[in-house]
Amino acid sequence: MKLVLSHIRKDYNGKPVLKDCSYAFKGSGTYVLMGPNGCGKSTLLRICSLLEAPDGGGLVFQDDGTPLIRDLALRRRITLVLPRTGVFNTTAFHNAAYGLKVRGMGGNLLKKEVDRALDIVGLAHKSGQNARTLSSGETQRLGIARALAIGPEILFLDEPTASVDEENTAIIESIIGNLKKDGRTMVIMTTHDTDQAERLADTLLLMKEGSIADRKH
Amino acid sequence: MDSFLQGFIKAFELILNLDQTLFGIIFLSLKVSGSALFMATAIGLPAGALLGLKRFPGRDLAISSVNTLMGLPPVVVGLFVYLLLSRKGPLGFMGLLYSPTAMVVAQTILALPIVTALCHSAIVNIDPIIRLSARTLGATPGQETIAVIREARYGIFSAVIAAFGRVMAEVGAILIVGGNIAGYTRVMTTTIALETDKGDFELALALGIILLTISFVINALLHGVQKRGAVKTA
Repeated sequence: MKLVLSHIRKDYNGKPVLKDCSYAFKGSGTYVLMGPNGCGKSTLLRICSLLEAPDGGGLVFQDDGTPLIRDLALRRRITLVLPRTGVFNTTAFHNAAYGLKVRGMGGNLLKKEVDRALDIVGLAHKSGQNARTLSSGETQRLGIARALAIGPEILFLDEPTASVDEENTAIIESIIGNLKKDGRTMVIMTTHDTDQAERLADTLLLMKEGSIADRKH
Repeated sequence: MDSFLQGFIKAFELILNLDQTLFGIIFLSLKVSGSALFMATAIGLPAGALLGLKRFPGRDLAISSVNTLMGLPPVVVGLFVYLLLSRKGPLGFMGLLYSPTAMVVAQTILALPIVTALCHSAIVNIDPIIRLSARTLGATPGQETIAVIREARYGIFSAVIAAFGRVMAEVGAILIVGGNIAGYTRVMTTTIALETDKGDFELALALGIILLTISFVINALLHGVQKRGAVKTA
């Protein structure tokens, strides 16, 4: 699935946050958005993941060149992991299962998929533990497991390692690296860490004052 | 002091002898208050969720009104329901005055603002990121709402228990609309009021002790639920 942005504009209280964002995400690989605080990275991710509507311009998701309707079915093919994971007050298993449950999945298939997702992020042994008792690094990994369980075609990650220690950062980077090898999920993420961006990006996008200023392949 | 001792002795005697009248009174108390609580929750939980999750004109006024109504004087509610159900009242044709149904109506009105206000408070205090997380994972608006309500479940449970305590202890409203008819609308609190008037302090005290015991069980349950909900946050 491709994502094409054309002249996206977004204002908050009359103040422009995104001015003229245009870019075509080709449907595979890892894209990393970098830029100073307040340049509009998070806003762009929220618009791309259909959580917010732009004030101007447009975004089109395409399957083999055919534009897709922005409905619930499309929303369920993509997902965004927020910088602060809002865990539900239940076990890690039920957190990771949420996305599949709202899609109507249950029984053994649900268990298999959730166990697989928890295993990918190294939390299989904490499956029965209340998610609120996990460390911040584990919580962030659970947020990623919750997203991976639904098998998204586009995974948006907003500052996935901003508030975690080195050990958890390495684990999260390894998860993203494996997704790249797997090739089924396009990753679009933001980070402040230049070294991390260099390590992970197939395409590095630099944002400045509300627009995509430069790109390096 | 002697009366207190006699009251305890009488309470145990009545319970140990499986006194039919006593159990009838206790059963009716639980039935009336339980039914009122069921009705108040069925209306109050969705109303509290609406106030907590939706923004609409008049919302602030509605919240302030519900909070104010939490302190409704039971006798005023009793009077209101009495006028509504009395033979000349708008619903007099239903013939419900001095019936357990009238008592359920009065207690529902008393419990409703408590359930609504405390459910609203429980739901509005849930971190907005919960709803946002549900949306990122593909939830429909209805599923998002259920996720938030589920997250507020311990607060909601507390709201229901608090309302139950209020209606179980209430006497003014049910005395007016129920009439304290023996074997039909006589409950624990109205019996206590009656026996005190008659000077039969032992029976009044015995019922008071049983009422307090039921309240204690309810509060112990509430505490247990709250302890379960207070999980360490990372």
